[in-house]
Amino acid sequence: MFPRIPMLSYDVVVIGGGPAGMAAAIRAKELGLKVLLLDENDYLGGILPQCIHPGFGLHYYREELTGPEFASRLAKRLVELGVEYRTAARVLEIKNYSDLEKVVIFTSPGGAYQVWAKAVIYAAGARERHAFEIGIVGDRVSGIYTAGEAQTLMDLYGIMPGKEIVIVGSGDVGLIMARRFALEGAKVKAVVELMPYPGGLARNVMILRDFNIPLYLSHKVVEVRGKGRVERVKVVKVDENLNEIPGSEFWIEADTLIISAGLVPSVKKLKKIGVEIDPATGGPVVNDRLETSVPGIFVAGNSLLINDLVDYVAEQGELAAEGTKEFIENGGIESRKWVKVEKGENVRLIAPHYLSGDRDVYLYLRVSKPMEDVELRIPEIDKGMKLPVVKPAEMLRIKLKAEEIRKAEKLTVEVVKA
Amino acid sequence: MKTKVAIIGAGISGASIARVLSRYENLEVHLIEKAPDVGWGVSKANTALIHGGYDDDPEKYPTRAKLCIRGNRLWHQWVKELEIPHVWNGALIVATKDEDFDELERLLERGRKNGVPEMRIVDRDELFHLEPNLTREAIGALWVPIVGQIGPIPAVIAITENAVANGVKTHLETEVTGIKVENGEVKGVETKDGFIEADIVINAAGLYADRIARMAGIDYFEIHPRKGEYWIFDDDVPGPKRVLFPTPTPISKGIVVTTEISGHLMIGPNAQDLPPEEKENLATTREGLEQVWEGAKKLWPQLPPRNKVIRTFAGLRPEPTGGDFIIKAEEEVWGFINVAGIRSPGLTSAPAIAYEVAEIIKRDLGIELKEKEKWNPYRKEISHFFTMTPEQVNEAIKKNPAYGKIVCRCNNVSEGDILEAIERMKFIGVKTPSVDSVKFRTKATTGTCQGSFCRPKIVQLLAREYGVEPWKVTLKGKGSEIGIGDVKVLLRGDA
Repeated sequence: MFPRIPMLSYDVVVIGGGPAGMAAAIRAKELGLKVLLLDENDYLGGILPQCIHPGFGLHYYREELTGPEFASRLAKRLVELGVEYRTAARVLEIKNYSDLEKVVIFTSPGGAYQVWAKAVIYAAGARERHAFEIGIVGDRVSGIYTAGEAQTLMDLYGIMPGKEIVIVGSGDVGLIMARRFALEGAKVKAVVELMPYPGGLARNVMILRDFNIPLYLSHKVVEVRGKGRVERVKVVKVDENLNEIPGSEFWIEADTLIISAGLVPSVKKLKKIGVEIDPATGGPVVNDRLETSVPGIFVAGNSLLINDLVDYVAEQGELAAEGTKEFIENGGIESRKWVKVEKGENVRLIAPHYLSGDRDVYLYLRVSKPMEDVELRIPEIDKGMKLPVVKPAEMLRIKLKAEEIRKAEKLTVEVVKA
Repeated sequence: MKTKVAIIGAGISGASIARVLSRYENLEVHLIEKAPDVGWGVSKANTALIHGGYDDDPEKYPTRAKLCIRGNRLWHQWVKELEIPHVWNGALIVATKDEDFDELERLLERGRKNGVPEMRIVDRDELFHLEPNLTREAIGALWVPIVGQIGPIPAVIAITENAVANGVKTHLETEVTGIKVENGEVKGVETKDGFIEADIVINAAGLYADRIARMAGIDYFEIHPRKGEYWIFDDDVPGPKRVLFPTPTPISKGIVVTTEISGHLMIGPNAQDLPPEEKENLATTREGLEQVWEGAKKLWPQLPPRNKVIRTFAGLRPEPTGGDFIIKAEEEVWGFINVAGIRSPGLTSAPAIAYEVAEIIKRDLGIELKEKEKWNPYRKEISHFFTMTPEQVNEAIKKNPAYGKIVCRCNNVSEGDILEAIERMKFIGVKTPSVDSVKFRTKATTGTCQGSFCRPKIVQLLAREYGVEPWKVTLKGKGSEIGIGDVKVLLRGDA
């Protein structure tokens, strides 16, 4: 069952060296655990080193940083603490040998190893949806990139992908790439958004005005044509039910199509060991220690749910690390009557899913549709919170006190007109 | 004096012919291809099946009927000699109506006539034992155990590597512009890169076989493209164990549901006839993909949600006038051999086509073929991390640490695999570095994320190994460069 390869032994293995994984490894080390961090890239930081724009760290460090700055702060702390880490180390398999014995098999230029650990923190991030997944047909030519791939090409490898750009999706990544292309002298001809409202944070939607970039709301890109390289893309208008309006098609000439159509948590390896997945978040179902349905397997960051701020990602990493400490000390997270968190009106997704009531908790949630003058309510405990505006793009984070949680058997979170 | 042979087209037919002709010491074989790499035409996009040989009516299509079953047998040998990825999983032609059994009986009868072994009709119980997730409307099927699946481009690559190892000269990115004919005999091939002298010219130009034939003054046939579209789904979507066909109609073999050799559920193709000039029209269409979806659903009702698709693609089949393969030495131009209209079952027939061409050279051109004393029938597949055990990985790392480093995370392709692929590209004469050349050799970029994480890394490796700037690396040949310059190129104003 186990390969004959060198064996390593740790308390905790952290999979993924992005902000969630680094924050988790740092916290685990601070708590006195023997921890190993594994990352597949040649460097730590995950996706942050290519996010050269500012906007990171306002909550976590209380100052505004760029992606590389945020990553290097964490990396510096990690090194100061003497956290063991390996880069260019790709995890091939996680085995759940028993509740207190996990085996992580990884490969690296230095060899393939099996790591035996008591707990695992999975912080492997997310992947981007690609053109095929969103139903774009036509020619399979050069010039079609996900936003992240374009960012890698430009800001890690110094390659300019193209000069006339159409961007699918007005989420933060799409908008930031629109600015990035404009700053390097490319003509961003359109940002095309399926929904009737922009998908990104307000501060990023401003980019479109600043750089005079046309935004097509309630539109979608359906086809790409070109010989060798993208030459034009076909756009069509959709009605309020997102159905295409016949006759509304038009073509935009462009040499580059950027797909920014959302992220999907990378959890295939967790599914293989039976971790229960929440279809709404795409990530695991977790308790308030961020432990999954498989004891001793914890999750943080975009593998848990797609976050909009790196600050929350790092916070989740720390929380997961604290969970592993408790797990290891007590031989498991004590079973109890968990308070279930349920989605009410206009709540598309929410995590964590089960609360203990022995501690304060942050709930992370997203709404289904934008609304103004709303109240976020939890009727069971008579809690309410007024909000001027909610948008699917902006994750809501609310704090519940332990004593509030203990008052109910379940909590329904809803966002309703105030 | 050696007889010089020029083969036009390095698809499955041309490459197979090159391999078979490389056995003979009195032939000097040149394999000419306009694309930057082998197998990028018709061979690239099809259903990747090694057919059973029951489908082709020996009265109407005698060449197809004869070569398909012969090809199937030869593939059983070639996949071993050349280590071509394959699976022999058999096919079920599924009946959903009582009348379908009449057609299945006809196919069974025809199959027996063509020499297809071990075919039989299975009843509903056995069918659901074989394929529990099949449509509940299925009432029986024809079981053809000798059907298999291969990687068509890996096959062309393997065959070409073996041919080159046995002395075949490749001319990639070399577009043919004319055939030189003097006094009713071929003299050679004119290309954009100069003249290639030849005593025998073999036209295996796929969709362009009609144009090449016309260059030699032969115009009795036309090739029109027939487009087929496909969906491929992520590898966590359950697919059938066997190749599933509906009962064929007079028009079509129908839309196939299968798990291709990398473990992905694949459905397709439809069939859309295009005018002869649309030989590059590889665009997928919503209508076509819709048609495939509806067709596949009839056999396999539990199609996954559409966002489980990882790729849709289209391929073109070269449909000849008359419908049968055109494989013959042309009488009015001595030395000119057509291998044209190699539509389905062309992939299956390819090895048999190659032996047929050798036979034509002997019989019709009267050239005695002398076998080499030393001819190497074997070729080793490149290393694939995903087939290695962790112990084997640690062995490989001793040779080169790159074997331990994963580049494509979805399919576990290592940097070592990719470096081997690049070496093999150079070995067969690939001049322009393309991500697709690496993809077809390693499976990198073909997984869940479709390359968004690993493509930039592959570009870096190609740039380094080919000594070019990274933005000049192409996706699939000149005109499909990854970028337009370095990141400041537009601001400098010299793009």
